[in-house]
Amino acid sequence: MLQKNEDVERQRAFSRRGLLLGGAQALLLTGLAARMYYLQVVEADRYRTLAEDNRINLRLLPPPRGRILDRFGYALASNRQNFRVVLVREQAGDVERVLNALSQLMALDEHDYKRVLREVSRKRGFVPVTVRENLTWDEVSRVEVNGPDLPGVSIEMGQIRDYPYASSMSHVLGYVAAVAERDLTGDPLLELPGFRIGKNGIEQKYDLALRGSAGNSQIEVNAYGRVIRELNREEGKPGDELVLTVDGGLQTFVHQRLMSEKSASAVVMDIETGDVLALGSVPSYDPNAFNIGLTVKQWNDLLNDPLKPLNNKAIAGLYAPGSTFKMIVALAALKAGIGPDHRAFCPGFMTLGRARFHCWKRHGHGWVDMIRGIQHSCDVFFYDVSRKVGVDNIAAMARTFGLGEPVGIDLFGEKGGVIPTRDWKLANIGEPWQGGETLVASIGQGFVLTTPLQLAVMTARLATGKAVVPRLTRGVRAENEDPAAPPPAPDFAPLDVPEAHLALMREAMDAVSNHPRGTAYRARIEDEGWELAGKTGTSQVRRITMAERAAGVTKNEQLPWRRRDHALFVSYAPVHKPRYCCAVVVEHGGGGSKVAAPIARDILIETQRRDPVAHPSLPILADGLSVKRG
Amino acid sequence: MPADTFLSTRNPEMTLRQKIWQLNWGLVILLCLIAAVGFAMLYSAANGSVEPWASRQMVRFGLGVVIMFTVALIDVRFWFRYAYLIYLASLALLVAVEVMGSVGMGAQRWIDLGFIRLQPSEVMKVCLVLALARYFHGVSTEEIGRPTYLLLPLALILAPAALVLKQPDLGTAGMLLLAAAAVLFCAGVRWWKFAIVFVGGCAAVPVAWQFLRDYQKARVMTFLNPENDPLGAGYHSLQAMIAFGSGAVTGKGFLQGTQSHLNFLPEKQTDFIFTMLAEEFGLVGSLGLLGLYFLLLAYGFAIAFRARNQFARLLAIGLTTNLFLYVFINMAMVMGVFPVVGVPLPLVSYGGTALLTVMTAMGLIISCYIHRDIRISRRGTSEG
Repeated sequence: MLQKNEDVERQRAFSRRGLLLGGAQALLLTGLAARMYYLQVVEADRYRTLAEDNRINLRLLPPPRGRILDRFGYALASNRQNFRVVLVREQAGDVERVLNALSQLMALDEHDYKRVLREVSRKRGFVPVTVRENLTWDEVSRVEVNGPDLPGVSIEMGQIRDYPYASSMSHVLGYVAAVAERDLTGDPLLELPGFRIGKNGIEQKYDLALRGSAGNSQIEVNAYGRVIRELNREEGKPGDELVLTVDGGLQTFVHQRLMSEKSASAVVMDIETGDVLALGSVPSYDPNAFNIGLTVKQWNDLLNDPLKPLNNKAIAGLYAPGSTFKMIVALAALKAGIGPDHRAFCPGFMTLGRARFHCWKRHGHGWVDMIRGIQHSCDVFFYDVSRKVGVDNIAAMARTFGLGEPVGIDLFGEKGGVIPTRDWKLANIGEPWQGGETLVASIGQGFVLTTPLQLAVMTARLATGKAVVPRLTRGVRAENEDPAAPPPAPDFAPLDVPEAHLALMREAMDAVSNHPRGTAYRARIEDEGWELAGKTGTSQVRRITMAERAAGVTKNEQLPWRRRDHALFVSYAPVHKPRYCCAVVVEHGGGGSKVAAPIARDILIETQRRDPVAHPSLPILADGLSVKRG
Repeated sequence: MPADTFLSTRNPEMTLRQKIWQLNWGLVILLCLIAAVGFAMLYSAANGSVEPWASRQMVRFGLGVVIMFTVALIDVRFWFRYAYLIYLASLALLVAVEVMGSVGMGAQRWIDLGFIRLQPSEVMKVCLVLALARYFHGVSTEEIGRPTYLLLPLALILAPAALVLKQPDLGTAGMLLLAAAAVLFCAGVRWWKFAIVFVGGCAAVPVAWQFLRDYQKARVMTFLNPENDPLGAGYHSLQAMIAFGSGAVTGKGFLQGTQSHLNFLPEKQTDFIFTMLAEEFGLVGSLGLLGLYFLLLAYGFAIAFRARNQFARLLAIGLTTNLFLYVFINMAMVMGVFPVVGVPLPLVSYGGTALLTVMTAMGLIISCYIHRDIRISRRGTSEG
């Protein structure tokens, strides 16, 4: 009975504690219920959003980049289909066996092999790994035919920028390359792997228009990123097509012709419209290489090449214009009231104070008037008139002809050059102008710096008497829009220079090329009606010492390349009915008449042979001139 | 002592038929309901297919029902008599995995029996309660007050707990300790002793932290701050909560859970199956299942209170608490209020051992019910 009593007591104690335990458990379960309520009612919206975010991926569809066409509609930059062979591990099974089979059909080197195996092991099984890009049609068809033996292998088609003109167009077009950190603007398109943006030239300037806008595709993905299905798709807008003023054929010719020199540039323009027909700069580079991706070494080689292949010398090369500047000085003199009959005696030098300023011709030209002065490029004549005119008047005339500031072409990196004045020297050098410096400036040396493009514009203005401005683009055309008439020729304002003065200059330039004693007579065009008018220029890059002058000036051929003179030539043609102008600068080429003039001649012959302005151009939009800037 | 006094006076030896009549059918139906929820969720986890999980789980459940009935119909005195033996066998199995399982997987916790991978730690959850109930049945109220009488039960508890901890399986070790504590508590161990253990335990936390494996530390840290590392260790916790919350009140519909079917949800057929239910059936589903478990637990408690002998009382309450711990830890874990410790949801999660362990425990509880009026003397003899 004792035990029984004790058991009753034990049961009571048990019941007490059991109830406590049960109560505690019930409380905890209530806590769980409260948590359920919190998650599924209070926070439900937040979690629902998170679940949707998980599930739905927005994928950008990159738009095809707009093509760039030349004035006749030939593609200068287009998109090539890029066939690549890809491998999906989970379908391939034995990756090495499939790769071996694939190597029977196309060249696969050790490097590809290792890369594929590495990528395959790193990525998830259903992610395609690129085995090789840029397949030929042959390789594509071989893979397709052997499909059954190549499980998991398929051909994917992408787009890659293609520059059919390769290096001859690179300075105009620039190139596209992978997006760098600093290019990111927040546009998600830029963050797409493999997306390319314009990095130079037209590609950069008009990047936004050419780029188009991205479409997107809403896809449902699982936790591993595998696509389950597409929920919605919005196609993007392809990039606009851009039509340039350039004649692709002429550009190629110019490039080929310049290739005879180490480092040279040339600009060919339509003087009526300002259309830039060719813009060459040598050496150059292949823009296609950027597209595929340069190695660090290739890039450094380009960057450190002393000939600066990445520089567009036609717009960014600064050269003392030398004697090509003399027309400007002559016009300034005419404006200042010095008549065309003004004569100066050239003994081979001029003395100013204690300094002696030499003519390029050691024994002098004798008596020289303005036309002869230009025809023979007599330095002393221009020393003489410049002293009377003053540097500021010369500078004013130079600016009228587009020198001393960027002319405003549709490319980044155009240089403005220098046209010195008294104020300019005080402000920039901090010293007062010296009388002798006017003399040096009058033959386009010293502080004077110009670009080949400026020289071409100067020549166009000389030939037309109008404030010609170059243009490189004819307009932007959106895809699937009807083409309309070509843009009207721009109406340039006449220059504030009397026609008689200009006529005198043209007569002098005619004499330079077509008079037997002109400096460029040997580089004349003999074909009737195609003759050119021009002006040579040779600009020193070194100082000739008195000692050297006494011993006879060293010939260019005997100097190291870096110390040779720059050779320049500005010209237009045909001489009596001008339409085209051409400026050529050959770095360290030696004499303008000997090196630059023959190049300009060949270019102008080819230009007139092709006569691009006479041929129908690609019709483009009427509002094509309201160009969207990139 | 004559043999007949071994039996309870009020409850003579029952026939098998009487016993079956005594079976607690309400409890059995409840069990089947919960298991059916499990089948449905496993069917959904396989994207609407009975393969590979639901079908196997059904077979196991069938086996479990047979075991449960067998265990239930065996006289509770049998379990009383062999409690220590069963405990020792189970402990031997634990040692065996420790010896055999020291190779491979880093933490092998099972013995492959061919048709099932037996986890001795799961089995021990039942056996420990059995042994403790047997022990405290034989200890009087005064004796419990004496510390020397607590030495044996502490050894009974700590031996398997240490082995399981060494595996390492923090969740199971914790469950063993808590279920044992519940038995000790209901047996009448003094309050202040629990207080001492609790304080001592808290003080030992920094020391214990040193012994945790890196992944265990990561789990605890993740639990404390899941958003800290949303793509790393916190990913599963976060995705589970997203699945849970996005189910809202009525859920996304059967087979329509995006989180689970797009594989954002980890372990959706095992430890995180409740999340899937919550996603597809919403608050209605999750509260519903919680309610079923609540009823099941209530049955367990009722049986414990109704039993006429201390062994059955302690056994029933210990096993019920064990079930509670499964449910609570699993649900709290998937709802982000408890670290991820790898405790399945009983009867619902895919997995053999846990299912069979729970079914065996249920069998024992029913046995306690069937034999509720049997009295057993303190020394293991029945009394009049």
